Amino acid sequence: MNVFGHVISWPQLYGQLLIGLINGSFYALLSLGLAVIFGMLTIVNFAHGAFYMMGAFGAYFLLKLAGLDYWWALILSPFAIGAIGAIVERLFLKRLVGLDPLYSLLLTFGLALIFQGLFQNFFGASGLPYAIPKQLSGAYNLGFMFLPVYRGWVIVASMVVSFGTWLVIEKTKLGAYLRAATENPTMVRAFGINVPRMVTLTYGFGVALAAFAGVLAAPINQVRPGMGADIIAVVFAVVVIGGMGSIMGSILTGFVLGVVEGLTKVFYPEASNTVVFVIMAIVLLIRPAGLFGRAS
Amino acid sequence: MSVRLEAPAIAADATARDRRANAIAFAVMVGLIVLAPFVAYPFFIMQALCFALFACAFNLLIGYVNLLSLGHAMFLGLASYVCAHAAKVWGLEPVSAIALGVAASAALGVVTGALAIRSIGIYFAMITVAFSQMVYFFCVEAPFTHGEDGIQAVPQGRALGLFDLSNPWILYVFVAIVFLFGFLAVQRTVNSPFGEILKAIRENEPRVISLGYRSMQYKLAAFSLSAAIAGLAGATKAIVAQNASLTDVSFAMSGEVVLMTLVGGMGTFYGPVIGAFIVVSMQNYLAQYGEWVTVIQGVVFVACVLVFRRGIVGELAARARISL
Repeated sequence: MNVFGHVISWPQLYGQLLIGLINGSFYALLSLGLAVIFGMLTIVNFAHGAFYMMGAFGAYFLLKLAGLDYWWALILSPFAIGAIGAIVERLFLKRLVGLDPLYSLLLTFGLALIFQGLFQNFFGASGLPYAIPKQLSGAYNLGFMFLPVYRGWVIVASMVVSFGTWLVIEKTKLGAYLRAATENPTMVRAFGINVPRMVTLTYGFGVALAAFAGVLAAPINQVRPGMGADIIAVVFAVVVIGGMGSIMGSILTGFVLGVVEGLTKVFYPEASNTVVFVIMAIVLLIRPAGLFGRAS
Repeated sequence: MSVRLEAPAIAADATARDRRANAIAFAVMVGLIVLAPFVAYPFFIMQALCFALFACAFNLLIGYVNLLSLGHAMFLGLASYVCAHAAKVWGLEPVSAIALGVAASAALGVVTGALAIRSIGIYFAMITVAFSQMVYFFCVEAPFTHGEDGIQAVPQGRALGLFDLSNPWILYVFVAIVFLFGFLAVQRTVNSPFGEILKAIRENEPRVISLGYRSMQYKLAAFSLSAAIAGLAGATKAIVAQNASLTDVSFAMSGEVVLMTLVGGMGTFYGPVIGAFIVVSMQNYLAQYGEWVTVIQGVVFVACVLVFRRGIVGELAARARISL
């Protein structure tokens, strides 16, 4: 196949498509977490990338210090990082309720600096290896390409968690409470629901989603202190493109933009790092509220 | 009745006091700039002045229009690259090279601003992050920036063909003039009728629109002006440091300018200047502790947001009941 003067082979195309889907999985999980937090607290969690990085380090520590393998990490690391998130909400973010949301953004920005600086201090800038669990090593032969089992797992796991989150928020009673508390917290409190606790848990859950993505990423991208800072700007662009309010919007946009980025690597590699931002600019021109967002 | 009569009298008194306080503060600042090179390392002061100007540009947006740009490094960095390229490869004299850098940043400001100001608050912040990351990747890839190496050994040249900037004393005077020019430009803008409308937009945008002002155009003008002044800082920095690198266009730099302004006091004229000197000194003296600088910066960030939101100058001004 010959496109724009590049000679492209089918295996290369499938390969990049797969990488795109993998990146899309991380974008989806991260922007979903941001959307969940934004929906409840109306703040942008700038520390999201740092929590993603800490999720990956959580998996690394569990293995090195406690000898707990990947499957434990997949549960324990998001739980632990989510708990840290809940503490952050209780200790810091709570004090900023009622102020301009820019202050909470700046606060989480400062927290991101602290977390990232600490990890960089102790682990340097280079990556630490984290092995693929043996149950997920190897590859399937799909006939037209080899699919590494672990990569397939990442895509499936992130889809299941993303759509599960969507189901809980949109279709269950708990989700209804959440959405109601977003609309009118005072009224929901009057019905006897502990809204402040719900806010704390929501923040913790959003953070746990980021940490979950971090554990999934550990065997693919290595565990690096800078891994969160590298991905967060793209995730912000994804959120802007999808529209801030929409849960499903952030999931779909995450996956689609991952794939678009992967395809750009095949057809026009020079633009692969910037394509998401260019799309963001175009979307802002046509639909300032984002593809799935409601105009404010 | 007496209350009604008193109120304007107090207001007039306050403006007179403000004016006096500002005149004193300006005189003190100029005095310090004159004395500084005899006490401290001149190169350090010049770099700090460039960052102070950068912070003033950033403050124009956050302090007076309540727009938080988290991508301001793109203007600093792009102007720095363009100026360095113009001076080194095209052999332009420094003032023209700086002017080109400023023009590039202003143009970038118009384009990104036109898209970003359609959103407000946190959306605006996120969009500026994304645009600055795009500019960062552009600077990594574009051939003229030389990627990781940056542009090194930028000639300082003769300003306007007359003043030899490779003489450190002449360079110092040059940088001081550029800084004061930018500082006064920001102050003049804020105190102008245009600035009054910006402040009105900050307080109540729908009201301003209902009064018949096109608030979008005002915001875009403020954003582009801020970009141009940030560019002035970046281009001058390229001449001072004789290089342009990816650091100046990086996300960390965008964060640092926020910190400078926050520490010094958002929405004050002198806050960003003091904040810039504090942050730059902090980096200088703590450089040996490596990544701890980042951690300390983060802690200062959190502390400022939680308990010190007015910043140093803001706090002082509030205590003395003046506006600086």
